[in-house]
Amino acid sequence: MNWQRMLVVARTDLRQLRQSRDFWIPMAILAALFFVLFPTVLLLVLGAAQRSEVVRQIGATLDILPDRVKDSVQGPDPLTQAQYAMAVYLFAPLAVVVPLTISTAIGANTIVGEREKGTGEFLAHTPATESEIYVGKLIASVVPGLFATYIGFAVYAIIVNSIVGPKLGRIFFPTTQWWILMFWVVPPFIALALSAVLRISARVRSATAAQQASGLVTLPLILLAYSQSSGALVGGSMVTWMLGLVAWLGAALGLMRGTHAVTRERLLGVDQQA
Amino acid sequence: MPEAIVRLDGVSRRFGSVVALEDFDLSVPAGTVTALLGPNGAGKTTTVRVITGGLRLDKGSVRVFGMDPSEDGESVRSRCGVVSAKPALYDRLSGRDNLLYSARLFGIGDDHERIEKSAARFGIEHALKLKVGTYSTGMKTRLALARAVLHDPELLLLDEPTAGLDPESSRAVLSLINELARGGKTVLLCTHLLLEAEGLADQIVIMDRGRHVISGAPADLARKYWPNQVVLIDAENREGLEQAASFAGVLSFERNGHALVQLDDLARVPDLIKYLTDRGLRLTRVEPKIPSLEELYFHARGRSG
Repeated sequence: MNWQRMLVVARTDLRQLRQSRDFWIPMAILAALFFVLFPTVLLLVLGAAQRSEVVRQIGATLDILPDRVKDSVQGPDPLTQAQYAMAVYLFAPLAVVVPLTISTAIGANTIVGEREKGTGEFLAHTPATESEIYVGKLIASVVPGLFATYIGFAVYAIIVNSIVGPKLGRIFFPTTQWWILMFWVVPPFIALALSAVLRISARVRSATAAQQASGLVTLPLILLAYSQSSGALVGGSMVTWMLGLVAWLGAALGLMRGTHAVTRERLLGVDQQA
Repeated sequence: MPEAIVRLDGVSRRFGSVVALEDFDLSVPAGTVTALLGPNGAGKTTTVRVITGGLRLDKGSVRVFGMDPSEDGESVRSRCGVVSAKPALYDRLSGRDNLLYSARLFGIGDDHERIEKSAARFGIEHALKLKVGTYSTGMKTRLALARAVLHDPELLLLDEPTAGLDPESSRAVLSLINELARGGKTVLLCTHLLLEAEGLADQIVIMDRGRHVISGAPADLARKYWPNQVVLIDAENREGLEQAASFAGVLSFERNGHALVQLDDLARVPDLIKYLTDRGLRLTRVEPKIPSLEELYFHARGRSG
């Protein structure tokens, strides 16, 4: 495998995405909604809720959490505890949903897009191998999702520390589990989803079909990731590490199988004539 | 005869029930221009794709630079430059970025001087900063040509390079191809426009429905199909041209304003001139009639059924 060529494919795809405002503006809005707007509004609204009834109801919700989680919830008063629980536990799944949504949207178009635009003909006649093209496109699909997520994560950390931190008297976020979730669990989930999406993109006839089929494939994965990321945070570090390991193994298997998805005949669009 | 750079032997490829190539043979000698002629759907594009290893074969063998493209595709493709029927350019990227992408994939890196030079060769250097989506069809074809020669390939595969161009741009592109060919490149030019190949091709290959019909140098093929040469004769007093029909050795005689006289031997031409001038004709034109590629094409296709 020629890594330089593979990175050239990735960089060129990323450059094209950068030039496509119609693509990245909605994606940036999506990340901003989940990482900035919703948390800010919810935490501020909760902070402003002076009525003991609201706080009591949230306190009751916290009662159903495992003891380990309840013990970890910090704060001098029930209101701060509710805000802490919300910041640390409620928004965790969003960290998985945002990159999965962005990366699968890119991945779904990546190969079928080359075919639709006719540029697959160019790629098929270059010395780049099918594996180099596949991995290059995989990188180009992963990077924007992760980039948006890590930027969103950083902004989210600033927001929750700014709103809840003063009441706790310290910077409390990210917690250990969040670090593990972001850098150990999220990347393999994206890779796993993309291994399926790229295979779809290589096989279908149009970008629209790719988007629809990708949605069907990735929706269960998003739900799984959603539930697992919540569980990971609730379940403690060991559970998070184990979950990540399983996801990495699944991703490795999926990606290895996926390398056969890109063929020159598919880039040329002739496999569907057969 | 120079060594063949491309050799296809008995190549077959089907797409479902559609025959793209059937027992197709092709030999492209080094340093020559070979024109692959045929109607739409004849298998010209499939041939190009098979040469670069883009398509699997159902049957037969392909050797390019002595290698099998299905095994050594990377090496084969790095020595080929392809211009496909559609320019296959990235509309969202600038002309320069399109060329840079190709330069990097073909391993010549960010050689900006080379990029400028290649673009200038095809008169597109002024538009390198613009996004390709804003280019006209002619500009796109020129950029595709600049991209195809950027890595200085030994073999150029040009699939309908003038498709969609106006006559002026077509002529410019053909002249650039001619220049490349005279510079020693081996060129395989696929076209259904016979005028494109006329005067450019050292060898023509006519194909139809995936099959080889005829191939050879245009002059050899003309001799093969018209073994007895035709002489075109014209005179100030054209009505007297009819007398040529009764000259010894004339196999056929045709009038179309001027006269087309088919002789059993070209050595008879001086005697024929004397014969006509003795009969009071004031000749203005006597020249061998070379059959056009179009005549050759339709003759060959007619014979192939």
